Amino acid sequence: MPKAPRKPRAASHDSPELVEPAEAVDSSEVIDSSEPIAPSEPIDPDIDLSVPAQRRELVDGQAPVLAAVAVGGALGAAARYGASLLWPTAAGAFPLTTLLVNVTGCAVIGVFMVLITDVWAAHRLVRPFFGTGVLGGFTTFSTYAVDVQHLIGSAEAGTGLAHLAATVIAALAAVWCSASLTRRLISRRQK
Amino acid sequence: MNWLLVMAGAMAGAPLRYLADRALQTRHDGVFPWGTFTVNVVGCLILGTLAGAATHGAASDSLQLLVGTGFCGALTTYSTFSYETVRLAEKGARFLAAANVVAGVVAGLGAAFLGAAVADAVWG
Repeated sequence: MPKAPRKPRAASHDSPELVEPAEAVDSSEVIDSSEPIAPSEPIDPDIDLSVPAQRRELVDGQAPVLAAVAVGGALGAAARYGASLLWPTAAGAFPLTTLLVNVTGCAVIGVFMVLITDVWAAHRLVRPFFGTGVLGGFTTFSTYAVDVQHLIGSAEAGTGLAHLAATVIAALAAVWCSASLTRRLISRRQK
Repeated sequence: MNWLLVMAGAMAGAPLRYLADRALQTRHDGVFPWGTFTVNVVGCLILGTLAGAATHGAASDSLQLLVGTGFCGALTTYSTFSYETVRLAEKGARFLAAANVVAGVVAGLGAAFLGAAVADAVWG
């Protein structure tokens, strides 16, 4: 898979001789001004083994990474539980709270992954804590699927299928819009 | 107490997602996000079974908070699922992006139905 030769990722983990000559390609003259900067984020935000720094993540110490994911996950899940208490969904009703929780998490991960990849040389535990932990714990696929299954099973198939489709569309749109907007803002600031 | 149950379940679910994702990536070379797909489907199966058990009075509220809201909620993820799909599409792997959405939703929903059927068979 060709990788855009952008700024070196997680520079603190790379020995100096491995650092790519970022200045040669990173200046704004090379990049078409009508296009946002070339996306270089990984595909899997939780853990992507095609990224060298993430491959070494557990070698550098497994316990801190797993602890960061666990604590982040607990906070994210608590926030989701809080949302379900604040805005409970009646039986047979459209599960709007779950939809909003999932879409919000998707919008945030779009911004977060662009920032942490292209802008911010963050501490190695930031992505596991916030991306994998908090956002992964906040959003949920299981409640979404079981809500849809319940609605279909209790003769509310229309509501169930609406929830099914609306969440997919809104979640993908949220990631795409937030990541594109963030890249656009960054590339404008770098000019 | 309820909050602690949710958080305790999540403290197991979120790291398990990370470890499962990591383990599956070492076995698959392609870019299809098998790790997220797998944890999502497994979480749907567990939650479907648990919710089914609850309707038959076989799962307490505490168990639902610990295993359902906490563990399954944190084991599964919508943010990673969506983000991976968008990244696949942006990298030109449009077929894989579409396959990820369709397969994820169909398999997740199928697992929820299967879990409910298992619960009906066991506790019904």
